[in-house]
Amino acid sequence: MSIFNPPARWIEAPHGYERVWMGIALAWCVVLSVAMPYWHFTGKQTSAGEAYTVEPGQFDARVARFVAANQVDTRNGLPVVQPPPGGDIYLIGKSWQWYPILKLKKGIEYRLHTSSFDYQHGFSLLPMNMNFQVLPGYDHVITFTPAEAGEFNIICNEFCGAGHHVMTGLIIVEE
Amino acid sequence: MGNMKAERMRVCATTGLPVCLSAELFIKLNAVFGVVSLLIGAVAAILLALTRWEAVALLDPIDYYMVISLHGLNMLIFWILFMEMAILYFASTTLLNSRNFNNALSWGQFGLMLIGMVMVNYSVLAGRASVTMTSYVPLRAEQEFYLGMILFAVGALLGTANFFGGLYIAKRDKTYKGAIPLVVFGALAAAIIAVFTIVHGAIVLIPTWLWSLGVLENPPDAVWYRLIWWALGHCSQQINVCAMVAVWYFLATLTTGAKPLNQTVCRFAFLLYILFINLASAHHLLVDPAVSAGWKMWNTSYALYLAVMASMIHGFTVPASVEVAGRKKGIGGLFGWLTKAPWKDPGFSAFFLSLVIFGFGGGITGVTLGTHQINIIAHNTLRIPGHFHVTVAGGTTLAFMGLAYYVVPLIFRRDYSFKAFARLQPYIFGFGISLMAIGMTLAGSLGVPRRHPDIDFTGARVVADLGDAAPFLAMLGIGGVIAATGALIFVLLTVHAVFLGKSNKGRAMDSWQTPEQSKLTANLISTKWSPNEPGLKPKGTVVLTFIFLASFAVYYFANWKALIDVWPVK
Repeated sequence: MSIFNPPARWIEAPHGYERVWMGIALAWCVVLSVAMPYWHFTGKQTSAGEAYTVEPGQFDARVARFVAANQVDTRNGLPVVQPPPGGDIYLIGKSWQWYPILKLKKGIEYRLHTSSFDYQHGFSLLPMNMNFQVLPGYDHVITFTPAEAGEFNIICNEFCGAGHHVMTGLIIVEE
Repeated sequence: MGNMKAERMRVCATTGLPVCLSAELFIKLNAVFGVVSLLIGAVAAILLALTRWEAVALLDPIDYYMVISLHGLNMLIFWILFMEMAILYFASTTLLNSRNFNNALSWGQFGLMLIGMVMVNYSVLAGRASVTMTSYVPLRAEQEFYLGMILFAVGALLGTANFFGGLYIAKRDKTYKGAIPLVVFGALAAAIIAVFTIVHGAIVLIPTWLWSLGVLENPPDAVWYRLIWWALGHCSQQINVCAMVAVWYFLATLTTGAKPLNQTVCRFAFLLYILFINLASAHHLLVDPAVSAGWKMWNTSYALYLAVMASMIHGFTVPASVEVAGRKKGIGGLFGWLTKAPWKDPGFSAFFLSLVIFGFGGGITGVTLGTHQINIIAHNTLRIPGHFHVTVAGGTTLAFMGLAYYVVPLIFRRDYSFKAFARLQPYIFGFGISLMAIGMTLAGSLGVPRRHPDIDFTGARVVADLGDAAPFLAMLGIGGVIAATGALIFVLLTVHAVFLGKSNKGRAMDSWQTPEQSKLTANLISTKWSPNEPGLKPKGTVVLTFIFLASFAVYYFANWKALIDVWPVK
């Protein structure tokens, strides 16, 4: 009985179906454990967490230099920035927008430096549903390759205060 | 009996177990405020469900953020921890034939937790702490919010200290023979996890409180805060799992006369929780900067998923023990033990639904979402609340509701009225919460974020088209309203029973089961028998667990398949 004291000699090895099930459960746990390193070396999607500490003001200044050097257009009052293919690109989360709009080339690998000017933010790229955490004080480097052309929205999916629900951004991918 | 003075104890008229009157008082106090928290949380839940249901869109964003803070804190922290305190009092006294350890300590536990709960609820309702449950820095709440959380945590720590003291005096006074019962062992595992959980809470909340006061100039570092906060946030859910599994064993015995097949195996599984669960805070940092892929994989796997194995063991042992008890009563067939189970006993139905919803819903989604790379397509989407509503609500909360259908008659000594509603209530809640979680999971798979009042981003400049998610958000809304209604029925029935229910002093409680069923169950509880007799093999459970494993594998590999469609990223 689970509510009474067990018999004096209660230690015994598992047996019968229970023992078989424990073996199966352990085997399944090994599968689950191996899957992640396997994907890490063979798959194309992972989160390496590459990051460098940075003061929010410093990062903001880097973004400003990046925008000044590469701006090609303005849309909805935001600069549209077209960096040289394959380079380092910058995106800052600020209450409450993603800045600037990025114009990228399909099939080219970019190193996206992203950080927050203020609160914690969530980089969520739609509609492919790709999500990364963006934190103040850390330059999070996300290396990615746009695989299709079109316009992709970024929303914020980490609660960041009163304007969280209007915090959006845009990535434009060209052929 | 035991170490209790005759005037400070009574013998339960239903079970014959001794009840320490001091412990009884604290069980009552904690249970009452647990139910008060559940009431606040359930009202908030209806408002949230009617907001995310796009066709209704009830609250404006600012109110939504306040109500979601209120809901999370009352449901995940206050309701659950008050109930767990009640369980610790019960496990260290009645089940050990012992008295409460120290009443002053118990008053400290209850008083601090009550003050903390009131402070936090005031702060949130006054609009001074709309920071959601995680309160990630540098978002800042007013100082009484953090102080309230700290006081609540210290109260809970005193409760665990009183529990350990209770174990000590029972052992010292030799109030029982041999090892402690399995349910007490489960409660002990929960209490041990609670200690290191609450210590992490203090480590993270004290500097945050000092910062909110202006004593510290800068907020804690964001990565540091997330790492330590989740050692509080995730491990505290594992206290729930432990307490829930202990309640499963308890209700299985009480409602069917079930006996664990192998005590060593059950206790070993609890031990695995204690050893490996603390790694789980990594589940929330899988797409974070500054923590490496290797760190993420090692921690999220709990060092070989041994905590997952523990749940899979309980997931076999608990239904197997119910099946074996059914076979011992002479019920044949592969699933006769299920079809002839006491489904009209809300203690049984709540427990068994909790087991199924937790396993098939919460367990499978939890492991999948917590897989390092798969988290990229899940982090902070509605898939996350879709997961934890079937662990902590469909699992733990439902199990605790089932417990209440026995605690109120046995401890408060009042029988429930309106029994037909009580018999129906676990099904209403279980169905609603499952429907809601499925809606959340499907909407989240399309990228719909959690903690958002709507999916048109309130007319923001660029608008992601998530219109396909509308039917799933309707499921969320309807399921949420049904679940919250189920919770409110539970609250009304329980409050009515506690204050106006028919007293059962001096007699056995009204049985939830037919006379035939309760006689057979009582017979199994009071006689000696072995669950390992030949002819009692749990064949039906084997079939169920293989269905479970197949569902698990399908969902898990389908998610890897979905990940392939995401842009190459590292």
